[in-house]
Amino acid sequence: MESHAIVSLLQEALPGAQLESVPSIDLHETFYISRDDVPAAATLLRDREDLKFGLLAELTAADFYPREPRFELIYILVSIAHRRRLRMKVRLNAADAHVATICGVWPAANWLEREVWDLFGIVFDGHPDPRRLLMPEDWEGYPLRKDYPVQINKHASTAEPLQVTAQEFRANVEKDRLARR
Amino acid sequence: MGLEADIPVLTTTVEKMVQWARRSSIWPVTFGLACCAIEMMAMSCGRYDIARFGAEVFRGSPRQSDLMIVAGRLSRKMAPALRRIYDQMPEPKWVISMGACASIGGVFDNYALVQGVDQVVPVDVFVPGCPPRPESLIYGIVQLQRKIDRTKLA
Repeated sequence: MESHAIVSLLQEALPGAQLESVPSIDLHETFYISRDDVPAAATLLRDREDLKFGLLAELTAADFYPREPRFELIYILVSIAHRRRLRMKVRLNAADAHVATICGVWPAANWLEREVWDLFGIVFDGHPDPRRLLMPEDWEGYPLRKDYPVQINKHASTAEPLQVTAQEFRANVEKDRLARR
Repeated sequence: MGLEADIPVLTTTVEKMVQWARRSSIWPVTFGLACCAIEMMAMSCGRYDIARFGAEVFRGSPRQSDLMIVAGRLSRKMAPALRRIYDQMPEPKWVISMGACASIGGVFDNYALVQGVDQVVPVDVFVPGCPPRPESLIYGIVQLQRKIDRTKLA
């Protein structure tokens, strides 16, 4: 498939979507998409026979502070069937940095979206488990933002709150015991 | 210890006996966190052979361990887990902070890492280096043995 072919295909299938194809230094096709079109485009990219992007290889973000729109989300998709890669980007303003989740399309997005939320503070609407992934759960701020004080000096916490209740813990032990029988 | 004439018996004090027993069989708990753990493994293997000092039995369970070698950088998220492992070890117990990262944060002067594991657990011996050579760590263990030898029982 020649360059920009996927974007033209998408544009045909989603007439209202704002797509913008951009040049890239490698062979992977790259395009920007508006925030509202992400779920529809994702479903289409996964399901269409001539696209079949079945694998979400990476979902990450970049902070271009103080430029506005400040954030860019980067989805890297792989089509194993057609041996092709695709880079989909979304520009986000600092004031309303949120986007619809794509956990329903690619389950791999679950932890990747949690990581982006944890480190960049970008909200994924409708995420099934919107907790922090890498930092402690009571952490304040988003460390990979460019205006974050990196050399923060905080005392290390030596205890973490229990994540299960006593009843849940006993139920888990009981379940484990029955499973070993 | 003194050898009595004619009787095949060695006499000593309980204190000396206990000190000798403790320092001669320091069993470390496996707590490799980063590249320092590679040097720790090298130390326990044939070439450097920590078995010469009675500390070669790395245990997978804190319940059977005397020594925790914190080998590598400790992230803030890991700190509660480290403390929990330490709390699960039976007394008497010792801690070696291995390498620059574990001791003072090393090159990682940032939000993600604990700047010195002595904020989380009491450290007996700090071993400098990035990472320390196995000889350095053996020296640290020998220093710890000296410390145990000087520790009074009551």
